[in-house]
Amino acid sequence: MYLNEMLLLGAVLFCIGVYGVLARRNGVLVLMSIELILNAVNINLVAFGAFHDTVQGQIFALFVITVAAAEVGIGLAIVLLLYRNRRSIDLDQVDLMKG
Amino acid sequence: MIAEHVAFGIIAAVMVASALRVVTTRDIVHAALYLVIVLAGVAALFLLVGAEFTGITQVLIYIGAVIVLFLFGIMLTRTDFDQDTETDHKRKLPAILTALLLLAVMIGALVDRFEDVKLDANLPGGQTPQTTAQVSDKLFSQYIVPFEAVSVLLLAALIGAIVIARREEGG
Repeated sequence: MYLNEMLLLGAVLFCIGVYGVLARRNGVLVLMSIELILNAVNINLVAFGAFHDTVQGQIFALFVITVAAAEVGIGLAIVLLLYRNRRSIDLDQVDLMKG
Repeated sequence: MIAEHVAFGIIAAVMVASALRVVTTRDIVHAALYLVIVLAGVAALFLLVGAEFTGITQVLIYIGAVIVLFLFGIMLTRTDFDQDTETDHKRKLPAILTALLLLAVMIGALVDRFEDVKLDANLPGGQTPQTTAQVSDKLFSQYIVPFEAVSVLLLAALIGAIVIARREEGG
């Protein structure tokens, strides 16, 4: 197997995630796109770990998974609070700080 | 050898198709279910390159916990069920251009640097699985401080989520 197969797949997933973050208006869907980005990063970490035959790639991927879980928890709590206050999770309407 | 390529190709094709559906489908629940396919594909790739512990953790945490959290989030923030709410921006062109430009830059850099590099180039005897024992040895010796820090982070996130999402009238 080539190293580039994994890395290119990671790049494609990353860019799909970036598109999702930019194009989506729903708060939950933006969080899902962020998960895509973080998974692309994990693919790269594990691929390089296997390439260099160390477990460090796996360990960093585990840390990324943990931080992603914390991020989803906080992110969904914020989206929930947004919904409770505005009755909508449309991110375009969250522009109170716009000058 | 060829079986590995075929397996990778199938998994990658399914993952990219599902990921595209995650960011384009209009139904939020469908997006969450397509995300399950992508995450399962990532876990399968981890197993394919011999990262067994990370693959299993991926299934447990992402498919087991994060997706359930997402489904709860969708359930609690569903606005009008009859009226189809807009999930995307009206003008998608800048987002598509940004993503494609980023993709072009990354593919160019990767092909330029890692063209024809074998994944097991450093291992004459072929790919060796990185066992759970090796991962835990490293994690609980060299990386014990980051490990503890991340557990404190999880606790902080847990308390933070409760404080943010709780109703005010309770106190």
